[in-house]
Amino acid sequence: MEEQLKQLEQEALAKIEASTNLKELNEVRVAYLGKKGPITDLLKGMGKLSAEERPKMGALVNTVREHVTTVLEEKAVVLEEAAIAEQLANESIDVTLPGRTIKVGNRHPLTRVIEEIEDLFIGMGYEIAEGPEVEKDYYNFEALNLPKGHPARDMQDSFYISEEILLRTHTSPVQARTMEAKQGEPIRIICPGKVFRRDNDDATHSHQFMQIEGLVIGENIRMSDLKGTLDTLAKKMFGADREIRLRPSFFPFTEPSVEMDISCFKCGGTGCNVCKKTGWIEILGAGMVHPNVLEMAGYDAKKVSGFAFGIGAERIAMLKYGVDDIRHFYTNDTRFLSQFERTEA
Amino acid sequence: MLVSLEWLKEYVQIQDLTPAQLAEKITRSGIEVDAVIDRANGMEKVVVGHVVSKEKHPEADKLNICQVDVGEESLQQIICGAPNVDAGQKVIVARPGAHLPGGIKIKKAKLRGHESNGMICSLQELGIEGKLVPKAYAEGIYVLPADTEVGSDALALLGLRDTVLELGLTPNRSDALSMLGVAYEVGAILSAEVTYPTATYTTSSEKAQDVLQLRVEDTTANPMYVAKVVKNVKIAESPRWLQNRLMAAGIRPHNNVVDVTNYILMEYGQPLHAFDYDSLATGEIVVRKAAEGEKITTLDDQERTLKATDLVITNGKEPVAIAGVMGGANSEVTESTTTVVIESAYFDGLTVRQTSRHLGLRSDSSARFEKGVDPNRVLAAADRAAALLAELAGGEVLEGMCIVDELDKAPARVVVSPDFINERLGMKISLEEMLSILERLKFDVEAANGLLIIDAPTRRQDIKIEEDIVEEIARLYGYDEIPMTLPEGANQAGSLTAYQATRRVVRNFMEGAGLYQAVTYSLTSEALSQRFALKAESVTRLLMPMSEERSTLRQSLIPHLIEAAAYNVARQADGVALYEIGSVFLGQSAEGQPYEEEHVAAVLTGKWLDHAWQGEKKAVDFFVLKGIVEGVVGKLGLTERISFVKAEVDGLHPGRTASILLDGTQVGIIGGLHPAEQKAWGVKDTYVMEMNLVALLQAVTEEAPLSYTAVPRFPAMSRDIALIMNRATPAGEVLAVIEKAGVKLLKDVHVFDVYEGDKMEAGKKSVAFSLTYFDPERTLTDEEVVAAHTKVLKAIATIEGTEVR
Repeated sequence: MEEQLKQLEQEALAKIEASTNLKELNEVRVAYLGKKGPITDLLKGMGKLSAEERPKMGALVNTVREHVTTVLEEKAVVLEEAAIAEQLANESIDVTLPGRTIKVGNRHPLTRVIEEIEDLFIGMGYEIAEGPEVEKDYYNFEALNLPKGHPARDMQDSFYISEEILLRTHTSPVQARTMEAKQGEPIRIICPGKVFRRDNDDATHSHQFMQIEGLVIGENIRMSDLKGTLDTLAKKMFGADREIRLRPSFFPFTEPSVEMDISCFKCGGTGCNVCKKTGWIEILGAGMVHPNVLEMAGYDAKKVSGFAFGIGAERIAMLKYGVDDIRHFYTNDTRFLSQFERTEA
Repeated sequence: MLVSLEWLKEYVQIQDLTPAQLAEKITRSGIEVDAVIDRANGMEKVVVGHVVSKEKHPEADKLNICQVDVGEESLQQIICGAPNVDAGQKVIVARPGAHLPGGIKIKKAKLRGHESNGMICSLQELGIEGKLVPKAYAEGIYVLPADTEVGSDALALLGLRDTVLELGLTPNRSDALSMLGVAYEVGAILSAEVTYPTATYTTSSEKAQDVLQLRVEDTTANPMYVAKVVKNVKIAESPRWLQNRLMAAGIRPHNNVVDVTNYILMEYGQPLHAFDYDSLATGEIVVRKAAEGEKITTLDDQERTLKATDLVITNGKEPVAIAGVMGGANSEVTESTTTVVIESAYFDGLTVRQTSRHLGLRSDSSARFEKGVDPNRVLAAADRAAALLAELAGGEVLEGMCIVDELDKAPARVVVSPDFINERLGMKISLEEMLSILERLKFDVEAANGLLIIDAPTRRQDIKIEEDIVEEIARLYGYDEIPMTLPEGANQAGSLTAYQATRRVVRNFMEGAGLYQAVTYSLTSEALSQRFALKAESVTRLLMPMSEERSTLRQSLIPHLIEAAAYNVARQADGVALYEIGSVFLGQSAEGQPYEEEHVAAVLTGKWLDHAWQGEKKAVDFFVLKGIVEGVVGKLGLTERISFVKAEVDGLHPGRTASILLDGTQVGIIGGLHPAEQKAWGVKDTYVMEMNLVALLQAVTEEAPLSYTAVPRFPAMSRDIALIMNRATPAGEVLAVIEKAGVKLLKDVHVFDVYEGDKMEAGKKSVAFSLTYFDPERTLTDEEVVAAHTKVLKAIATIEGTEVR
């Protein structure tokens, strides 16, 4: 019997050794260690043995059984590892192939510029005011100290719908409407929107373009406040190391009026093709709100003062991104639009 | 305004500044210098020559061989092609080695076998614009007076060794439309004195009033009119210096009389007009409003039809000039003129502007009258003209003048406190500094009781109110000196309105869904203006469009989006996805202002999905776009309130178009472009949608605030139903019936399969629905689910032609 046991052990170990996968190994387990296997049979046959032999044989069977089990489990670990290795080998891919594109669009560059400015000023306590693209002559001109027949009306030839109605030539009518609505209360607003002028469309002119205006009214608003605010705007849009300078100018709705230049962001002021060798780039017009404009809207120009500024979104975008033709903003070529996808820190 | 520095120096010292430094100072203090023009522009070796002889070139009809004395020992042979070259002339010669504008370099050369040592020049060849060259020399070389010194520097002679500043004037600074005005500005900047021109002349015993009668019928439009008479003038070319200065100022020399009026126009900013006394014929000048339809032929030989609002100068019978705009051909000064009437007047700016506009006729005169000339220079200019005509045209000035004068010539008084100036600027400028600046500006100023009492000179028509003084002080003190601060006072929290914030959400969603934001024009053609409109209203058209293509305000965003898609397709884009948020313009209010409504629209065309190496490719279809609409609606929390019903829209595919309803009312359309439209636009597989953004975002405000519902703790049970139904019955109808069946436990139902293939009976389709039953409080029993499902099946059985498979 002992002989038989030894032989079984040899057989089982040989079959374990010969197993090449977990399935075969499992067959070996069932065949030798299962309830119907020969080792179990041997145990069942122990009743025929003498009382002295029985514990001896029992111990022997258990030893063999434990040894076979141990070897089998060790083999199982080896085979399992081999199986995983094989699976991994089979599942290997070419990681350099392109991923599945997630289709995304993005903001129009003009909206990008406008939102950037909106957000800057919201942070400084401003609200965003909007108004109609088709305006009354009153709000577009008269309320802004541009009575009918004023020579400055030539500065911005307009598209009229009728004697009294026109496509707005700036977003200033939104300022006039806001002042009228606020009835003497302080104001801090940004007015973005589409505006229209009688220009033939070419590389630098567009009959439709986007303007962003700002207006602050309150007690003791000073020209130094305007200068500080514009400096903040210039640094946000064109970089912290920009400097600004103001030059006297004229707008009927402001007095004093200024034009603002920024130090050239390309050459830093030494002179290049962007700043036409001057070191400065003209960016926007601004000024202290004309008392006539305040009075027309029901403010007491003796008690309050204000400043206003206006900036062209296209001009900012063209300078900031180096766009060379204003028509790009309106042809909506996706090869153009898609260039404004990424975030700038 | 072109300012010759040589001329300017006659009135003000420019110290030792270079032209560029002066230009910078002028720009920084208020008047923008657009360009600094060096008139010599690098030219050298241009001298005066004497054409000693001329003979025809044997080989070329149009060329002449000239022997020219240029002040050297030997004559120079120069070949000249100008038709007017002749022996005996004094001419401009560019010597070999000379550089001329346009990159021309003069070299010794052989022309058809004959040597040429230089070039005889026209003024154009020296960089003078053709329109400024005196008419007699417009088509050939320029001929100098016989007494011109041979061999001398022609550039100096022609006033080209000069620098011109081109001023970009804003409408308020009409004072700088004159050399004197610019002199005052420069004087204020540099703290320099201004020297005023003199006007001295002797008069004949004859009196102007004896030969000329003056009557002004409308002293509102013409509050001041001065006429002086000068007899025995000899019409001739003006002296060199006068012609040079006029050309530098951008004015073509004509003859001494016309040139004098133009010279004073530039010097004083006061437009003058010279009439030929004999052509007036009546010895009378009457200023009146024109009769409606009255005609006059102006100096430019154009017949002009006048309106009753136009002011005219007449000889008592017919118009001889349009006041302040242009003279008439019938009274023009010609070579045979001997007696001249000089008009110096003040015409109302608005009247001149209206006339100039409706005639489409602008002149140096009208530009100045429109903005307002200096009331105190009307008389001085007339005197200066008389003096120059006596000096340069040998005229005899008649004593006195004809004058009508009701013009207010008082200066504008402005009273302002120094504190106000400093408060407005946020600065601390001393009173002494302010007084010094006003002094430099030649403003009359008196400081009393803590106030500045200022009388601004009448040349500065723009100085009227305290703020004008604030600007004058600040600009001359220097804008660089203004500190930087931020507004003080109560700070409010800035924010977007709910509408603006939600609109950004819509933008973000559309972009996340793969669409680029487009911006297109609000103006379109009338033909396109109502296409695809959600509801077409009466159109709004421009009075004077620049083109039919941009004549009318749009009522839908879709046409321009299709145009943009087609533009991209034509440039090899195989898939385009664009959206736009913009206003449409519908009908008009009683005041004529169109109603503006903000819409959101999208166009998708061509390829949608493309993952090439895995072999996945999908063209856009209706459901891609519908999914985007459903997505944005879901983002806005409006899913339950939005529905789609089949619709027909002109230009869209009749079988692939739906109305988008909000609470049962149309807020949008979605559909495939009609095949005929696709062909016309040059696109394929194109789908469009447009929704009323205002209505959608309004609906968002009506929604309850967001609140949490418990995450399910019990399992849901699902059941599927496959239906055979009529092809014409929309699946949406079945969904609606199921939802209305009143089964509380039903939490979700959706279509998961549609089959319309040839295995189906004709006119039928198979649609499969998946239904989910759920109770948040407990696990459902089979019996409860069966009961609920039976109720659903019963409801479905009521739909005609529908059976459960």
